[in-house]
Amino acid sequence: MKVLTLNFLTCAVKSCKSSSDSFPLHPKDAELASDDVEVNPQLLINLLPRLDWKALKTTSTELGFPQLPDSPPTIEDLQSDEKLLKDLHSLLMETNLMEGKLVCGVCGHEYAVREGIPNFLLPSHLV
Amino acid sequence: MSRPEDTLQADVHYDDVEARKYTTSSRIQNIQASMTRRALELLDLNTPSLILDVGCGSGLSGEILSDITPEEGGPHVWIGMDISPSMLDVALQRDVEGDLFLADIGQGVPFRAGTFDAAISISAIQWLCNAESSETSPQQRLARFFGGLYQSLKRGGRAVCQFYPKNDVQKQMITSAAVKAGFGAGLLEDDPETKNVKVYLVLTAGQSAVANTKSGDITGVVENMEGVDVVDNRRQAKSGKGEIKKGSKQWIIKKKEQMERKGKVVKATSKYTGRKRRIAF
Ligand SMILES: C[S@@+](CC[C@H](N)C(=O)[O-])C[C@H]1O[C@@H](n2cnc3c(N)ncnc32)[C@H](O)[C@@H]1O
Ligand SMILES: [Zn+2]
Repeated sequence: MKVLTLNFLTCAVKSCKSSSDSFPLHPKDAELASDDVEVNPQLLINLLPRLDWKALKTTSTELGFPQLPDSPPTIEDLQSDEKLLKDLHSLLMETNLMEGKLVCGVCGHEYAVREGIPNFLLPSHLV
Repeated sequence: MSRPEDTLQADVHYDDVEARKYTTSSRIQNIQASMTRRALELLDLNTPSLILDVGCGSGLSGEILSDITPEEGGPHVWIGMDISPSMLDVALQRDVEGDLFLADIGQGVPFRAGTFDAAISISAIQWLCNAESSETSPQQRLARFFGGLYQSLKRGGRAVCQFYPKNDVQKQMITSAAVKAGFGAGLLEDDPETKNVKVYLVLTAGQSAVANTKSGDITGVVENMEGVDVVDNRRQAKSGKGEIKKGSKQWIIKKKEQMERKGKVVKATSKYTGRKRRIAF
């Protein structure tokens, strides 16, 4: 699962829906893998306004990457700074969570991740 | 044709053997690919987008999204949800590009509001008409799915769900669940009245829904599509079923539609006449 996806994923437990701390989920015992993906600048420009930068900072730190700047780049930054574009691309699109768990900060539910696939099936009393 | 949907749970039907058989059949590959292309055409995306693939299976639908060229507005990035571990396993072996989730869409869609530009679902949502357990009803599962889907789409975003309704009752059950969740909805049928008929539920989330309620067109976008019937049962839902007055316009329309369903020729009623009319509300 891409880091990009983590920036949109929330806890599925019903009682967590209203709580802002159920996002982002926190990786635990994470094993990462890097994929080769062709850069798609248009896609990143499309997604940039939708990213939750604060959450991305948290995730990136939790995964052991160097600190991201406090504020997101602008679309103009992405268009003019190729290195910046590449770096963002490599974090969002090429970095994959392969094994481990995703933990909700509210209810503590742990979603297992195997071979890159998180298990979001919930026991019925949590739905 | 036998319908495994009617007797089995999806993850039981799509076991290792069935998942492999399904994915390697060139007949199925072709059908799924052409339906996905049709869905994409209805989504009308012109820039690389983030797309949810509901019931993504082994990735036959998703891989079409990854293959759209820059000239055609792609490639898109997709996230797939599926309840069958065997189907997802085949997807892994085929090294598809989308991210995969083992998840039951009848439990909801676990992404924050406004995540996706669009969503597709190819040959999956009819499975929701069968409750997976005795603790939930199909209506509850449909409500969770469409409610979650509506939330997770950006405002103005579209979803296109091709599905295989068992009968008109299922068609209506699914469509009205989508409308109840807030979607503007239209149904489109390719090759109607043949055994190859393909039903597409075309949905739009937000904005236009409020703006156009007066004219009865809650979809805005869907209205202008060829062969799409606008479905608006929200006002009807509010006033309650028994309240349609005999002789009123609504009543006449309903009668006409009943007759139509029985195969009688009736006089045109609305500005949507001339379009193919497939569903009666
Ligand atoms: C006919 S396959 C279609 C797969 C893929 N969309 C394609 O075009 O090849 C239907 C899929 O829907 C999935 N499905 C059925 N019920 C589901 C549910 N409640 N949640 C998630 N997926 C479901 C099945 O596991 C199966 O993989
Ligand atoms: Zn939670």
